Amino acid sequence: MDGPGVRFVLFMNGCQMRCQYCHNPDTWKLKSGQKKTVAETVADIGKYARFLKYVGGLTISGGEPLMQPEFVGTVMRRVKQEFGLHIALDTNGAFAGTVPDDWFDPVDLVLLDIKQIDPVRHRELTATELQPVLDAAQRLARLGKPLWIRYVLVPGWTDGFDDVERLADFVATLSTVERVEVLPFHNMAAYKWEAMAGGRYQLADTPAPTPEMEQRVRQQFFKRGLQVV
Amino acid sequence: MDIQVPKPIIDTAAGDPWRGFKGDHWKTRIAMRDFIRLNYAEYRGDAGFLAPPTEKTRRQWSVVTELLKKERLNGGVLDVSTEVGSRITAHAPGFISREDEVIVGLQTDAPLRRAIFPNGGMRMVEQSLEEYGFPPVPEKITEIFRHYRKSHNEGVFDVYDPEILACRRSGVITGLPDAYGRGRIIGDYRRVALYGVDWLVAERQRQKAETDGAEFTDFIIRQREELSEQVKALLELKALANAYGFDISAPAQTALEAVQWLYFGYLAAAKEANGAATSVGRITTFLDIYIQRDLDEGRITEAEAQEMIDHLIIKFRIIRYMRTRDFDALYSGDPTWVTLTLAGMSSDGPSLVSKTCFRVLQTLYNIGLSPEPNLTILWSVRLPAGFKAFASKVAIDTSAVQFENDDVMLPQRVGGIPLGDDYAIACCVSAMRVGKQMQFFGARANLAKALLYAINGGVDELSGVKVVEGFEPITSEYLEYEEVMPRFEAVLDWLAAVYVRALNAIHYMHDKYAPERLMMALHDRDILRTMAMGIAGLSITADSLSAIKHARVRVIRNEAGVAVDFAIEGKYPAYGNNDDSVDSIAVSLTEGFMKRLHQHRFYRDAVPTQSVLTITSNVVYGKKTGATPCGRAAGKPFSPGANPTNGRDENGWIAAGFSVAKIPYEAAQDGISWTASSTPGSLGKTPDERIANMANCIDGFCDATGFHINVNVLNRDTLLDAMKRPEEYPQLTIRVSGYAVNFIRLTREQQLDVISRTFHETC
Repeated sequence: MDGPGVRFVLFMNGCQMRCQYCHNPDTWKLKSGQKKTVAETVADIGKYARFLKYVGGLTISGGEPLMQPEFVGTVMRRVKQEFGLHIALDTNGAFAGTVPDDWFDPVDLVLLDIKQIDPVRHRELTATELQPVLDAAQRLARLGKPLWIRYVLVPGWTDGFDDVERLADFVATLSTVERVEVLPFHNMAAYKWEAMAGGRYQLADTPAPTPEMEQRVRQQFFKRGLQVV
Repeated sequence: MDIQVPKPIIDTAAGDPWRGFKGDHWKTRIAMRDFIRLNYAEYRGDAGFLAPPTEKTRRQWSVVTELLKKERLNGGVLDVSTEVGSRITAHAPGFISREDEVIVGLQTDAPLRRAIFPNGGMRMVEQSLEEYGFPPVPEKITEIFRHYRKSHNEGVFDVYDPEILACRRSGVITGLPDAYGRGRIIGDYRRVALYGVDWLVAERQRQKAETDGAEFTDFIIRQREELSEQVKALLELKALANAYGFDISAPAQTALEAVQWLYFGYLAAAKEANGAATSVGRITTFLDIYIQRDLDEGRITEAEAQEMIDHLIIKFRIIRYMRTRDFDALYSGDPTWVTLTLAGMSSDGPSLVSKTCFRVLQTLYNIGLSPEPNLTILWSVRLPAGFKAFASKVAIDTSAVQFENDDVMLPQRVGGIPLGDDYAIACCVSAMRVGKQMQFFGARANLAKALLYAINGGVDELSGVKVVEGFEPITSEYLEYEEVMPRFEAVLDWLAAVYVRALNAIHYMHDKYAPERLMMALHDRDILRTMAMGIAGLSITADSLSAIKHARVRVIRNEAGVAVDFAIEGKYPAYGNNDDSVDSIAVSLTEGFMKRLHQHRFYRDAVPTQSVLTITSNVVYGKKTGATPCGRAAGKPFSPGANPTNGRDENGWIAAGFSVAKIPYEAAQDGISWTASSTPGSLGKTPDERIANMANCIDGFCDATGFHINVNVLNRDTLLDAMKRPEEYPQLTIRVSGYAVNFIRLTREQQLDVISRTFHETC
């Protein structure tokens, strides 16, 4: 889910993480997308603004929106001012430290991906550091931003019992978490990886998690009083 | 007629029929809206009160299910009563399962046994019997129509001119109701229940007496004759009820009587007229007044209330007409458009949602899915949340309901008069004030073919025949927008004129030779008439003009110099992606054709309207139309109604809906049809999420002035499987263009067309 209801999803190109299971590797590179000005983007959203007020709102996704903080910040401020839409920010949190607190003012909901709680495995999985993600989570909670924590369950990579325990403990300390989404891995993006020069998809043979595994992981969050979907 | 009078099956000793009803105005004259507004109870709760089917309902439905299966296995028609032409009193009473029917009355003496209607034309009667393998009608009847009595069909062909015949042959005008009944007239069947038939007879007699001694002009003579005929029809209605053991001279005293009286009115109309669409109107909140009174008096339980609604709906499900194969190609799946209009707002405050609106939707759970009656929900963003949620749930679970925008229609002026809060939908999307307005149905003109005539100088691209004189073909290799447009506009001027002539002739003759006496007896004497014209091929014509304007279109001609194909160089914006550069073309096509219609004179001073609705004839239109400059191959189906061309709406169904919503209702007051198919998953993860999202999406679409949504929530695989194993899906229902069909009764061609439509997997 990209947020509550029906969403206008603005996909931002560029991501600093290189997650092994990424299902949108075609959005990694900053310059591979379509170029749009702030005005064009706001006008595109404006066409649907009234509709979106009934059904849901705007979700800024990626890629990683915080790779282009100036653009995204301006779009969000204007969309909030001009249309009053519900805005969700779909981020991995790693670059949150680069923007001031008031950058998040127009954001109504953060969909925060936490890929792994173990710093070493996090680096293996994403080729980036874990700590900035945890910092971002705590900061967003402090700012009172509702959070949907998203966890992609990949057999062999993120299903370790202890890892999930530690992550659930951490998430339980965040006061603004509304729900935890456990997303079962699927390898439907294999074709995208193949299409990319140099893309080595290590998860081609990784199976989807079994229902039992999903159930176990959900239980681990659930036990801490978290709402799990 | 030989009638054995059975014992009345219900107790009619409830007392004063109007006991407890408020108001005085409606007691002195026919004023249905006034009665309803003063006496109904808005229901703002949820669906928790609804009752499951009773044993009687289950047993009766299982009999019907068997009959439906037999009908299907018998090639689509179970049986035909050829011994007599249909009239209100032509047949002895018939029953499904006598002990289990709380509401009675069939079109003939047995369920699913179809009647014949020689008034429309003997040729169609004979053709349909032959095509479905039934013996011809007795010589006695053919003789009457050969020597003594003229039919509608004959009358029309007596006056058609060569241009009309040529247009009809080539298909630039298709589906004209000259070989089938026009339908789309809604009698106000509620009047039978509230006033009883004697009141209605007296009213007509009084109205006729008003012109005693007046100058007998054409107008007065016609009016007097029609009033006389209407009185006769009302007396026949009484006789029909009497044959089933009921005296409906006086008003109904109980809910069960109200349902039965109303249904007799409908049944008599259905026995008299062979209308393509025999819609029932807006009856639920009216009936709810009676049901609520009986519940309050302790006369019935909720289970019994639901039972009478279930049984009424069973009757609507088995309405049948004998049609030709040609008719089936136009409107497939054997539709009857028993359109039943639900919900909507009152013009001065609360909604018109009552518990009986819920009860009618509940029939889809109690007796399973069905395409008929065509359940049509008048949606407003102000409807109570409980109803929105239930209606959305039903749409998701069944794909058997459609939504039309009450917020757009209620204030809309047609012929200068607002539709208000007592209009109903006839057929698919045609709004009319019940008992105060009727329409002359007029099929549609094929805009895409008209564009090809502009390019080919009036020569038909498929037959090579010159259909219209006075137009020169375009001879350049590439089409230029500036050259095409003026020619196209000239062709449209010509087409509109021919089309209006044809319709005036059809309706003159229909009134003369196949009048709907009973339906009109259940109208006010002085009514508004609309001439409901229509256009087909909107999306491909808009796309074609967009291609000519925004890309390069090279003409490929045959040896005779006729453009038979087009090669597109470059890309063009297609209608259905919320892109103004092409959507504006669709808007101006619609407005332009309406303006042309306004330049003509109409039979009986009818007010012209038009629809952007193809029903299922999009397939036939496609077949009869050569390749179009948008890249569509010759013979391929058009998209239905105002839908974007299949597969060209690349930005999801919201963008598609927004494009459709730009077509202004003011320029298409007979309705703009949009059918959207989405997969359950695209609506949300959980059932609750799906319901909320569906309700919010309809709100948002209506707020954006979208007119109509026909929603299918299905997986394509289900349909593919149903094609392979139809016996597993006897009740699978899907929405097509403005109505629903039993999927397995579509032709293979139609099934493939439905499957090829865009299924939106994301928003």
